Amino acid sequence: MRTLRCLTLVLSTGCAAAGARQATPANPPAPAPAAPSQAAAESMSVDRAQYPSTYRRHPNPPVLIRNATIMTATGQEIRNGSILFKDGRIVAVGEKVDAPADAAVVDGTGKYVTPGLIDDHSHLGVYAAPGTDAESDGNEATTPVTAEVWAEHSFWPQDPQIPLAIAGGITTIQALPGSANLIGGRSAILKLIPARTVQEMKFPGARYGLKMACGENPKRVYGRRGGPSTRMGNMAGYRSAFTQAETYRRRWDTWRKDHKGDPPERNLRLETLAEVLRGNMYVQNHCYRADEMAQMIDLAHEFGFKIRSFHHAVESYKIADLLAKEGTSVSVWADWWGFKEEAMDGIQQNAALNQQAGGRPLIHSDSPSGIQRLNQEASKAMYAGLRVGIPITRDQALRWITVNPAWTLGLDSIVGTLEPGKMADVVVWSGDPFSIYSKAVQVYNDGWLVYDRTDPAHQPHTDFELGRVPAPGSDR
Amino acid sequence: MIALLLAQTIAITGGTVYPVSGPKITNATVLIRDGKIAAVGAGVAVPSDATRIDAAGKWVTPGLIDGGGQLGLVEIGAVAGTREGTLQGDTIAAGFNVTEGINPASAVIPVTRVEGITTVLATPTGNLVSGQAALIDLDGATIEQMVVKSPAGMVLDDSESGKEYAGGSRAGLADRVRRVFRDALEYERRKVEFSRAQVQPLSAPARDLEALLPVLHGQEPLIAYANRRSDIATALRLAREFKLKLVLAGAQEGWEVARDIAAAGVPVLVEPLDNIPSYDALGIRYENAALLARAGVKVVLMETDTHNARNLRQQAGNAVSYGMSWDQALRAVTLSPAEMFGVADRYGSLEPGKVANVVVWSGDPFEFTTGVEHVFIRGKEIPLKSRQTELFERYKTLPPKY
Repeated sequence: MRTLRCLTLVLSTGCAAAGARQATPANPPAPAPAAPSQAAAESMSVDRAQYPSTYRRHPNPPVLIRNATIMTATGQEIRNGSILFKDGRIVAVGEKVDAPADAAVVDGTGKYVTPGLIDDHSHLGVYAAPGTDAESDGNEATTPVTAEVWAEHSFWPQDPQIPLAIAGGITTIQALPGSANLIGGRSAILKLIPARTVQEMKFPGARYGLKMACGENPKRVYGRRGGPSTRMGNMAGYRSAFTQAETYRRRWDTWRKDHKGDPPERNLRLETLAEVLRGNMYVQNHCYRADEMAQMIDLAHEFGFKIRSFHHAVESYKIADLLAKEGTSVSVWADWWGFKEEAMDGIQQNAALNQQAGGRPLIHSDSPSGIQRLNQEASKAMYAGLRVGIPITRDQALRWITVNPAWTLGLDSIVGTLEPGKMADVVVWSGDPFSIYSKAVQVYNDGWLVYDRTDPAHQPHTDFELGRVPAPGSDR
Repeated sequence: MIALLLAQTIAITGGTVYPVSGPKITNATVLIRDGKIAAVGAGVAVPSDATRIDAAGKWVTPGLIDGGGQLGLVEIGAVAGTREGTLQGDTIAAGFNVTEGINPASAVIPVTRVEGITTVLATPTGNLVSGQAALIDLDGATIEQMVVKSPAGMVLDDSESGKEYAGGSRAGLADRVRRVFRDALEYERRKVEFSRAQVQPLSAPARDLEALLPVLHGQEPLIAYANRRSDIATALRLAREFKLKLVLAGAQEGWEVARDIAAAGVPVLVEPLDNIPSYDALGIRYENAALLARAGVKVVLMETDTHNARNLRQQAGNAVSYGMSWDQALRAVTLSPAEMFGVADRYGSLEPGKVANVVVWSGDPFEFTTGVEHVFIRGKEIPLKSRQTELFERYKTLPPKY
């Protein structure tokens, strides 16, 4: 009857350019691979590359956006500023920037420019619209530990929710398996661009995340299917899995050193967990309650890995000091609460209190609807803090949806801020992005204009929509 | 504080007042007496015994009304024991009125009202005919004290999800509804024979048929949730056939048939931030509210996430962002819902004689910068406290104060 939010509960489980922009040059440069160098290469149990990214930067002319307010997410908000990007890289940001002759010039008068937004908790593509069982590919809810499954193997690039998120200024997502399982599988870190295959979207060099889930969901899903049925059962499940992974890792590391005899038999589940133990893969942990997050921190200490981020983390404000000390980011909503018992203590100051404690909060969506307005959600969370005297700056709130999620994905040296050398993921907003009345008007992904609110030629539509969804403006 | 709560006369002075029924008035006073609005205007004399609320620089509006959700009917979404909004085992649950399921002690109520939402429609869900919705104020120790109007409308699920109670086909759904409506009228004509079992069995129990009579006599709105264009057309067809006072709800593809809806004079309940396509509404889009309003349809906005009914403000702001005028959006969360649910003589605007549901905002109620400064429900100032403000106070410095 109504739209239901994807709470990962699923059981089956003007152009701003105002005329100045130029067409793509007649002889576009050959596409170059983006190949960010800082991202860690993954060390696998096997030597050959697995499921490689085929991402290629889209050829584009240089772009200069001028006379705009540039919010860099590095502490600066430059009035009447300019930004130049070329070949997918930001070249210059400042009050005065000279443009090469072939640059498309965008008049940003009255507009704001931010880094592309990053959502570190999305189920786009794995819980695709139109939401039938046929597209329900997010939870391999067949056994509590499925570290062997990879979200990219479910991801559907024709999910019609993707262009909606692009229009909201999103340039990078982490597409995660759902939270039915204790260990749900590998995440996919993706450039949010129109593409035929997920491989074309895979962020080159990005580390995988490993989805883990605490609390109510796994025990509800497996309570009558052999367990776990309790939170202590959940903990035993994680410990058992990582204990096996320790042995597996040791065998493989030994063999790789001496190459004595046949290699150990591959086990896809343990191979993924071993990568976590080696520090090559980030744990992305769905966990609501403060006391459970503290348990998970102890678990991570037991096995010598780091939890990169607690997701949803509705009660993280209760242990903001502990989380800051641990160096684990908190991926939270602005105001979701109440949909289940472990979400009953949500407060609107959650992000602000974590910031105040010296932690690394960020705003995530977990929703195909919320991902379209991460800027609004960050604004709500910022003002919720400001109203009770927590001095959140605009730059900090912007970091909640840019460089903090970039850090959570291990990509903060590549995306998340507007600095020379960074990937040209850039959003032009019609006004202050923290106003409810502002919208993304242009979205550049690696320099490619993937969305322009005033130009239908730059408003991507998926195959799904063709011949089905009436074009804007039609009244049939 | 106690004195303030009991004060009989309150003067909110110096604010920019948005009466909704008329243009905004700067530097105006809203005078509240005995729970009602006594006067609104720039030259209102403030009685010497009035409690003064200085609203200089502030915006003053009627309390916002959410036309959707289940406030009071659900405490914790995933805990069945705390849900009261769905009647099991009766697909034509017309006799089911949610009112006695409302929990005046719900912790969700203070969380919502401190953000300027003062009145909501508590809506039944599930089944083909879900039951009777109640309009309630978000204050009161008892259900009786909260009720504004009950029933405020009969809810029908004329969308994809309603099919499962009607044999799995939209055609079956329309047929089932028609039979039930006809049987209700038949029942009315032949009550005596029915009670003596001298007629064929009817398609629903007597109490459900009885409950449909005010709807079939045009006295109570039929709130039909319909999203697909063809389902909206079905609802309009049924309304014509039975001369119903129809309210369309959801209406996700409503913009595609906006002229038909306008021509039928049917008001629409819309959730502006709905835009995720499903087979029930492939044409769903953000501009729906604005396009309907532009076609002359009376649009009322809703936030159906019960725990975040407070985000009705964000829904309204986004409706503006996608083409509604600001004035239309404010009306769509105040006077228009009051009209839709038949209480505009008492609610929805700041006019003398109306119930004093009044909010003082620090600025534009739809903007994130804005906070709520004062909330009055039935003339009583509501403390800006909730379970969430208490959690914040406990944990704002660590370690917490237990």
